[in-house]
Amino acid sequence: MTDVPTTTKADWTSDQEVRWCPGCGDYSILTAVQLLMPELGVRREDTVFVSGIGCAARFPYYMNTYGMHGIHGRAPALATGLAMARPELHVWVVGGDGDMLSIGGNHLLHALRRNVNLNILLFNNQIYGLTKGQYSPTSEIGKVTKSTPAGSIDEPFNPISVALGAEASFVARTHDMDRQHMMDMFRRAHDFPGASFVEVFQNCNVFNDGAFGAITKKDKRASMLIHLEHGQPIRFGENNEKGVVINPQGSAEVVDVADVGESALLVHDETRQDPSLAFALSRVSAGPFEPTPIGVYRAVERSEYATEASKQLAMAQEQSGPGDLEALLHSRPTWEVS
Amino acid sequence: MTDTVPRTVGTQELSRLVVRFAGDSGDGMQLTGDRFTSASALFGNDLATLPEFPAEIRAPQGTLAGVSAFQVQVSDHDITTPGDAPNVLVAMNPAALRKELVHLEFGGTIIVNQDAFVERNLTKAGYDSDPLDDGSLDNYTLFKVPMTTITKEVCKDLGVKPRDAERSKNFFALGLLSWLYNRPAQPTLDWITAKFKRQQLIADANTAAFKAGMAFGETAELFDFTYEVKPAVLEPGTYTNVNGNTALSWGLVAASQQAKVPLFLGSYPITPASDILHELSQRKNFGVRTLQAEDEIAAVCAALGASFGGHLGITTTSGPGIALKGETIGLAVSLELPLLVINIQRGGPSTGLPTKTESADLMQAMYGRHGESPVPIVAAYSPSQCFFAAIEAARIALKYRTPVILLSDGYLANGSEPWLLPDVSSLPDLTVEFATGPNHTEEDGTEVFWPYLRDPETKARPWAVPGTPGLTHRIGGIEKEDGTGNINYEPDNHGYMVKLREERVAHIANDIPPTMLDGDVDDADLLVLGWGSTWGAITSAVMRARSEGHKVAHAHVTHLNPLPKDLGDIVRRYPKVLVPEMNLGQFCRIIRSEFLVDAQSVAKVEGVPFTAAELHRHINGALDD
Repeated sequence: MTDVPTTTKADWTSDQEVRWCPGCGDYSILTAVQLLMPELGVRREDTVFVSGIGCAARFPYYMNTYGMHGIHGRAPALATGLAMARPELHVWVVGGDGDMLSIGGNHLLHALRRNVNLNILLFNNQIYGLTKGQYSPTSEIGKVTKSTPAGSIDEPFNPISVALGAEASFVARTHDMDRQHMMDMFRRAHDFPGASFVEVFQNCNVFNDGAFGAITKKDKRASMLIHLEHGQPIRFGENNEKGVVINPQGSAEVVDVADVGESALLVHDETRQDPSLAFALSRVSAGPFEPTPIGVYRAVERSEYATEASKQLAMAQEQSGPGDLEALLHSRPTWEVS
Repeated sequence: MTDTVPRTVGTQELSRLVVRFAGDSGDGMQLTGDRFTSASALFGNDLATLPEFPAEIRAPQGTLAGVSAFQVQVSDHDITTPGDAPNVLVAMNPAALRKELVHLEFGGTIIVNQDAFVERNLTKAGYDSDPLDDGSLDNYTLFKVPMTTITKEVCKDLGVKPRDAERSKNFFALGLLSWLYNRPAQPTLDWITAKFKRQQLIADANTAAFKAGMAFGETAELFDFTYEVKPAVLEPGTYTNVNGNTALSWGLVAASQQAKVPLFLGSYPITPASDILHELSQRKNFGVRTLQAEDEIAAVCAALGASFGGHLGITTTSGPGIALKGETIGLAVSLELPLLVINIQRGGPSTGLPTKTESADLMQAMYGRHGESPVPIVAAYSPSQCFFAAIEAARIALKYRTPVILLSDGYLANGSEPWLLPDVSSLPDLTVEFATGPNHTEEDGTEVFWPYLRDPETKARPWAVPGTPGLTHRIGGIEKEDGTGNINYEPDNHGYMVKLREERVAHIANDIPPTMLDGDVDDADLLVLGWGSTWGAITSAVMRARSEGHKVAHAHVTHLNPLPKDLGDIVRRYPKVLVPEMNLGQFCRIIRSEFLVDAQSVAKVEGVPFTAAELHRHINGALDD
């Protein structure tokens, strides 16, 4: 293995014209990824971006790596086959909330459950962009769109809760207004051996502008974003005056630290096997209008799928020797005709 | 039992024999038929089988719905079908007799488990009176054998539970049939020992029942003769008995070896295709990766993802699964990557007849995607030939970088026949060349890689696998420009690409074998044109018609898209063309529209294959017209 050559953002940028709407949050995510790549110490040719359909799914075209723009919802399935065939590759999956939680919800669940070594980035803008503004599975109840003139009546998914419920081993959340935080989360996802799920709050400035403004605007972040840091009591606020506790009913709850004392605060443990505390944290906020945790909710290593599959192949070859076609054809009772 | 002194029983020679085993789903009739078949195969007969079982694992006991049957024809000469009307019906209960008697030849032999003919079972089967005593079977030769009683009796000292002893009665039936038709006993005894090596009591009970069946035949003064079907005169070599799904699985393994490309199977369980997933899951030492996916769509997507990664991606399913995979097959058409889509057809539409055969997915294979998205189609025509059909489908997929649909059906999948094992060194070389470096020089002299720059001969684009330095590129389902592969929505470009994809598939016709043509090739009055599993019945029917002095030819098509180049001449050469299909005339419609000939459809869509007799009647009818 020779050393990985030093690269810059330009090396990871393809020659294709980026065709997102001006002002779209996808630009800042793309920049964060392109800036991160040179820092990861990986080769361009060992990196693959796979996507489904939607605005976010155009992402692979803009990365100067291998890439596949697939069909709606199926990126985790396409990527699962690729990762099983070529476990040495770094496979990223990019999609939106419609792509990965609606039409492709099933594949997301199973990729997470199997723990395939994929870095799954879900750009959540709570709207359908490419089809011009219908409500999505993460849109808030009452959303008035072209397809819901009287307001949507569907309960939205909480993507972090969904991922945790699907046995995900790495679950994180970030947002498109904070490049450094995105890069930190994407790096953690890359480093994690197994399925890594990162929800990115992403602004669709055309069809759902400002959906996350109440929590991600610069002047709101301190009071509305709860940074999860492993091993630290969970605190936030302009003066760190707020915190999170687990109340007697088992729910996570925002409190004034002055009322409960620092020792009562929940100390975040992303490595905790039992996902129930991570789940409780995912329910602290009912939507992007209340204090909302970002950062790594859960990072618990377990067997990676493609590795286990490869082990079974190696074991079979050890036990039976490499496949012998002649022997296979004669493996059942045979008889001779002379 | 009667006396135990060995009797002398005469032996009559038969040139062929058709036995149908029938009983309740839980009676082990598939196993019994399979063991009778295996012993006959090892004895050297030619044979063909037709398993027929209900979709339910255990339908209500004793009912008509729960009857499971297995038909096998054994012969001393080359045969191609499991036989028309059985000579012998083994009925383990009244429901089996009532449901299956219709198949039996007039005057045929019925062997029943007398113990099962009690009032409760007779009522369940819808009998008002006991057919064993009411004279309704007078036109047949009836043998009433207390199979359950004797089986329990011989097992009583073995320490086996009474319920397990009773379950061994199928081995009693097998023993009796083995004696009556002079099948070798040892293969069955060896099989029991191996199969139940961890359940000694069960092995003992089955062995005792089997031996008791043989002894009963010899000692009970019911049978005046035993019968013998001598080994068939077949081409010299080593044979094994194989069903279509096994042969197909082995063909996939062979294709992977011959191409030196690892095999990846993405599959979702579905009858009657699941056995391919089971078989390939056991071939890990061949480097075969299998994924039991979360659904049909994920299965084909994972296979396509693996193909992108340089594996031979395969997905196996039946008709309903193909419907779900359609969009991904379209993506593969656009990505121009190798992908093998295997459809073990069954009765439809919808859930239809999961365990019954049908070949009504031809139009789905041809046109079951949106847009103009041509896909090469290969069809297997006999159980053992599934091996070669799989290799051929893989060859086309790999060489031409295209999804290929391989059609088999429930009849081929579960039916078995002796197979002259091929010389492995004679299999085609499918070696693939992966792209290793740039393939285009820009005006400024820069060496670049164009993912859609084609091989001039095959029109295949380079297979550039992630991990290869210098070849990073993006592919996708959006229309692209030829050569660069860049997204392109221009009208002229789309028109060009649509025609290019059509031409890519059409010109494969230069690289496929000519149509299989047999019979009175030069002067036939009638051509019978088939595809898929009708081959056996057509072959037999044509042989019968010709033995009566009729001039008949048989053409069989293995490549349904593109069609062989000689097919047009063939269908225009004969005054009449008959196209038997297990659908309402799908291939016939293609022939009529492609070649403007007045081909006539013979349709059977009943979940069971054509018999040779049926087709023989159709041939004679067409000749009389």
